[in-house]
Amino acid sequence: MKISESLFVAENICLAPIDHEKDAEIESRWTHDAEYMRLLSLEPALPLSAAQLKKRYEKIEKEQDEKKNLFYFTVRMRPDDRLVGFARLYWIEWSNAGGFVQLGIGDPNDRQHGYGTQVLRLLLRYAFDELNLYRLTAVIPEYNPLALHLFSKAGFVEEVRRRKALNRDGKRWDLLHLGILHEEWDALQAGSR
Amino acid sequence: MNGNLFRGELVRLTAEEPELLGKTFSSWDRDSEFRRLLDDEPPCLWSAKKIKEWFEKDSYEGDESGISFCIRTLQEDCLIGFIGLWDIEWSHGDAEVGIGIGDRERWGKGYGTDAMRVILRYGFTELNLQRITLGVFGYNGRAIRSYEKAGFTVEGRMRQALYRDGSRADIVFMGILRDEWQALNGEQLAD
Repeated sequence: MKISESLFVAENICLAPIDHEKDAEIESRWTHDAEYMRLLSLEPALPLSAAQLKKRYEKIEKEQDEKKNLFYFTVRMRPDDRLVGFARLYWIEWSNAGGFVQLGIGDPNDRQHGYGTQVLRLLLRYAFDELNLYRLTAVIPEYNPLALHLFSKAGFVEEVRRRKALNRDGKRWDLLHLGILHEEWDALQAGSR
Repeated sequence: MNGNLFRGELVRLTAEEPELLGKTFSSWDRDSEFRRLLDDEPPCLWSAKKIKEWFEKDSYEGDESGISFCIRTLQEDCLIGFIGLWDIEWSHGDAEVGIGIGDRERWGKGYGTDAMRVILRYGFTELNLQRITLGVFGYNGRAIRSYEKAGFTVEGRMRQALYRDGSRADIVFMGILRDEWQALNGEQLAD
């Protein structure tokens, strides 16, 4: 890794700031897809209007500015900057050098193209080589095998299985915590070089 | 119907005045070992006034995602700690329990385990939860044994998540399911 190698640009996608004017309309469409919302969050799925999302963007940037424990990015296609998702490092605890990671690709047509893999690679480098964190955690429901595969492929291992923590469609599912340590990520980098 | 939902064998769960809470919590927090067993963030020393204000705000505004109690001994009626259910996920029936015995003279004497049994009963029979979760630090063997006694099982470890005194420790996650609690207590609850 070197200074000239961009932290924000991968092959097909890039990490970019929020566009307060244009992003809300697109993301509002994603939130009307209940499957997306349920894959992403434990909270009851709820569609959001563009106006609600604009307020949320304000909140995100305020939190990032004041608390310094959140790094939020939009994910955009190269080179046209079309919005395809979001990514964040959150709940960062500086004294223990730990944090959580999450990403979403909003439109089903943009999934399974390897964009998530590229996003995660950028996030890991940012977390370990720029923020100097020691470990990262991803919280993923058992019913999201694509996410489990994505994070496992990047080097995360299952650490905690909260048995039957989720109830969806009348069925109980486990909630998994996957983790990766800085040194494990280093070893993977060395192996792929 | 159980009319003694808040009472165990050694302790009872109570609500206290913000004034007393401010004074008591502020003095407990000066014990750094207590704070480092309880919380993964660096311990802060807050004034009695500040803590009182937090409690005043909490009890007036209410918060649907958390319910907490103080712990008093039955014998001497002493305030010795607190316990609560936080991050309650109502749609899934999961919550995180947290407990602190601030009066270190009371550590290792069964008060915490008793309070835990009382709040488990409250969680499963009054809040109708499906499971209860907790996180405990790898270096807190006394607490882990107490939680096992109350019926919790280890569900995993966040490896090396804590960094203190120059070494790393795991955060151990434990959980108890509604049917496990029923089996332990000989209770049969409707789902």
